Amino acid sequence: MTRLLDTIAIVAAILTIWLCLYAYAGEAAIAPPLRTLTFAVELFSRASFWNHVSATMTAFAIALTISGVLGVALGLLLGLRRFAGDVADPILSSLYTIPKVTLYPIMLLIFGLGMSAKVAFGVIHGMIPIMLFTIAAVKNIQPVLLRTALVLRLGPTKTALNVLAPAVTPEIITGLRVGFALTLLGVLIGEMFASQRGLGFLIINGMEVHDVRMMTTVTLLVVIFAIAANGLLLALDRRAHRFA
Amino acid sequence: MTRARGIVLTRVALIVGVIGVLELMCRLGVIKPLTMSSPSQMAFELANMIASGELTVPAAYTFAEVGAAFAVSIVAGGALGVLVHARPRLRRTLDPLLASWYAVPFFVFYPLLVALLGLNALPLIAIGVIFAAPAMMLSTLAGLDRVPRVMRNVARVHRLSRIQEVRFVILPSATPHLFTGFKLAFAYSFIGVIAGEFILSGGGLGYGIAYAFESFENQRMYALMLFVLLVATGVNGTLHVWDRRLRSRRGQT
Repeated sequence: MTRLLDTIAIVAAILTIWLCLYAYAGEAAIAPPLRTLTFAVELFSRASFWNHVSATMTAFAIALTISGVLGVALGLLLGLRRFAGDVADPILSSLYTIPKVTLYPIMLLIFGLGMSAKVAFGVIHGMIPIMLFTIAAVKNIQPVLLRTALVLRLGPTKTALNVLAPAVTPEIITGLRVGFALTLLGVLIGEMFASQRGLGFLIINGMEVHDVRMMTTVTLLVVIFAIAANGLLLALDRRAHRFA
Repeated sequence: MTRARGIVLTRVALIVGVIGVLELMCRLGVIKPLTMSSPSQMAFELANMIASGELTVPAAYTFAEVGAAFAVSIVAGGALGVLVHARPRLRRTLDPLLASWYAVPFFVFYPLLVALLGLNALPLIAIGVIFAAPAMMLSTLAGLDRVPRVMRNVARVHRLSRIQEVRFVILPSATPHLFTGFKLAFAYSFIGVIAGEFILSGGGLGYGIAYAFESFENQRMYALMLFVLLVATGVNGTLHVWDRRLRSRRGQT
């Protein structure tokens, strides 16, 4: 009950800030909440809008699959090989903190303008945190678990399935949650900088042709999508950690 | 000790090897000069740009913005952290907001900020702060949580004034976390400002890279990229080493 009240309070606060911004800057900069909602409903009935949505979502889905599979696989490998992991860890952490936006032109030069550049850009954003979380998960396995597996004479497959997998899953889910957010960020930045399709393009184009309503509405929809997806993943994350 | 040295040596060899392979592939024409200039060329061009003073203006512009965003994030994030820590009810209310903060791809707000604040340095600083301040706030909360209750009681027993309590009890316990906050706030301010400049702006390093890309000046673009990467890794590395030293000193005492 209190949680519901809390959520209502936060939403009310955000709406107040939004209205204040509208009162301050006016029609030329930001659309008011109600008109944004009606415009969102109108957008949903346009086929062209769904083309942009599917462009973003396709790129995002491919990028997330690649970052997830490669990130977890490489993370497991580096986590199990202690030496390689120790060599790679600081390199990965510093790659994680550099502004990767600056690398986008390289992606464009290698992959050309279009889907594959966006995907690649999403992957370089999302893959590294997934790797880092996976490495940490493997490194932090309690030695007693592995020794127990030895004592019970489990074979390598059984050890992997019944001991290692349950032990590393919660942390990997956290990594995937962070990777999800960053992959989305990467894909959207890619679209904002150089693209003719997708939601990022709609936002930046709305700004350039002074279609404030479009800009505000698409921004809101992207934010709602991100928060909803994060909420789901967070719930999954907490469940996984509770059972661990 | 020998294992630690082996790790460092392997790491250096790996980095040098990657750069060497890139250099070789560029020289042999496996990577076309239109795609990428060789690392040595990047360094040469960068040195030229520094010597001619061409880099000074955009670099100063970007660093001023990053500095402003960093300073505001530290002060505002720290203050909010202290405020919210004192009010558990407020903290619980804000919890879902903070948990989903970094899931939102903030750069989608950038056009909105430009519309609100104009095409100048302000929206760039704002996006840096939006990105960095919550990290500082979360680190401040974590730091204050780690002050042992018994320490606070000791402070009360000794009748320390509020300022003395902060100086002798709270800061020593919370500093490592605050430092993590500084580290994150810097990285996030830098990323926020550069990305904003890159998407839409009239000056600075990010703008320089985007401009060079659009006018096909590859050498310039790669030199600027190299500069941004060097600055980012340089500052992050320094903060990392400093942080480790701080922690190991605390571990010894």
